Amino acid sequence: MEHGNAEDGGLDVVVTTLASDSHTWNLVFLQLLLEEMGHRVTNLGACVPDALLLAECRRIVPDLIVISSVNGHGHQEGLRVIPALRACPELRRTPTVIGGKLGIAGADDPDRERTLLSAGFDAVFEEGGSVAPFREFVDGLRSRVLL
Amino acid sequence: MTGFGAFVAQAADAGALVVQPRMGMAEAARMRDGLLATRGAAAVTVGTITLDSYTRTGDLDAARRALALGAGLNGYPIATHPVDVTRAVLHGVADAGFPVQVRHGSAAPERIFEALLAAGLDATEGGPVSYCLPYGRTPLHEAVACWRRSCELLASIREFGAEPHLETFGGCMMGQLCPPSLLIAISVLEALFFRQHGLRSISLSYAQQTNARQDEEALAALGRIADELLADVDRHLVVYAYMGVYPRSPGGARLLLEDAARLAVRGGAARLIVKTTAEAHRIPTVAENVRALEAAAAAATAERTRPRPAAPPDTGIEAEARALIGAVLDLDADLGRALVRAFAAGYLDVPYCLHPDNAGRTRSSLGPDGRLYWSAVGSMPIAGLVEGGRPPILGSAGLLSALSHVQRRYDGRAPRPAAAPPVPRGLPAAR
Repeated sequence: MEHGNAEDGGLDVVVTTLASDSHTWNLVFLQLLLEEMGHRVTNLGACVPDALLLAECRRIVPDLIVISSVNGHGHQEGLRVIPALRACPELRRTPTVIGGKLGIAGADDPDRERTLLSAGFDAVFEEGGSVAPFREFVDGLRSRVLL
Repeated sequence: MTGFGAFVAQAADAGALVVQPRMGMAEAARMRDGLLATRGAAAVTVGTITLDSYTRTGDLDAARRALALGAGLNGYPIATHPVDVTRAVLHGVADAGFPVQVRHGSAAPERIFEALLAAGLDATEGGPVSYCLPYGRTPLHEAVACWRRSCELLASIREFGAEPHLETFGGCMMGQLCPPSLLIAISVLEALFFRQHGLRSISLSYAQQTNARQDEEALAALGRIADELLADVDRHLVVYAYMGVYPRSPGGARLLLEDAARLAVRGGAARLIVKTTAEAHRIPTVAENVRALEAAAAAATAERTRPRPAAPPDTGIEAEARALIGAVLDLDADLGRALVRAFAAGYLDVPYCLHPDNAGRTRSSLGPDGRLYWSAVGSMPIAGLVEGGRPPILGSAGLLSALSHVQRRYDGRAPRPAAAPPVPRGLPAAR
């Protein structure tokens, strides 16, 4: 077990959005979904400044960081945040995913996913039918943590 | 009296519903064209200047950079354009026969209020709770202090004979899934806050929810409570066409807008803020906005010719709203302090609101009849006021279904239904 403490099988998960994004229904939904899957969620709410995101993740040392953004700036802001997260020794290998509506030009942009992955995200979930793959990803983590 | 409130009052006396778009463009010439088109619509209209999100959050450097680079802004940067530019936008467009309101969404609107006053405008909207809790993490006590100073600034022009107007946004908390009694309470409390800080022309908002009869009951209650608690100020009710996940089909979107217009007429509102058929997809064009204004005005006119329906039965909305308002007023004679204490104590607690100053112990749900119900009231002083059981607390699938209920229902009623997506898109940013 590398991250957090996953006793009774649940993961410690930080659910967050990015600094410019005031939407929260997506965060409410993700918290309910993850809690129903048996995980413990810290939900950071709307418009999370980079410094607060880093401080909370360093304090909690979660098993998973879920970044959700739907205002179209998620791609830009995700690329800004992920190097800062990876620069923290305790978060260097923490599974970190991003999803939502990440750009202003629609969902089908393979370059966007590639850029985000190579910048350090472990997975990218674009809006539209992405709940099942997200669940699979989280289920995969749980089994990895339990090993 | 002249100004925004007087214009709406005159229209109401003449039996016309005032209709208004949400509209904001970064470029001055396009903003002016949008106002001219609104003015020219076949309806009794007022104009809107909606601000961009950099200005909303106070990042005026970012607004200046975006404007200089010609990068897209999602609204008019009123604190960045030189005041002469904004005056030129309004010159020959805005006057006593076509008042213009600034819509912004800011928890700390002082710079915005300064800019709109400098440009010769005196009507805007928002509130210390409604523009703080749903959209950011500004502490509530800071938003209250900013809004107090902003209200006093706006009210200060009364000594020059103007009658500035301020509209509550409290009738729209979270855009959807907030039961009517709490919407009414926050709208009234924000109006009382405005009056405490010098405003004498105020409108109280209520956003269309999920059930027409429930909304009619709510609007009637809001009107009665406002008549009682705000008897000494010029006031009217304003309805917002649905602020949640919007129908994707043009037909469904139009039916929902027409229902909003009918609700405004039946509920005694004097003004309606419209939504367009593009709502679920993108920022609407000026032409789409004009069509929405005209469709809403036509639906309102038709509704006025129909016999008045019987008043909706009392399901306890007014009793709950009065209990909430009374509990807050009892906390402190200063409305701002009372609001901060009310949220700290959970006497006001907005369901699904993640703001650190919101207790987060309430939950709402949609009943099988399409009405909004409380599933959990937390510490709000309304337990036991309404008989009947509470629906279970929503899980993730139930939440998604509730959020898209109106979209599904109206797309289903549309003449040519669009294919429904698996999950709702375009979750509301509102405003």
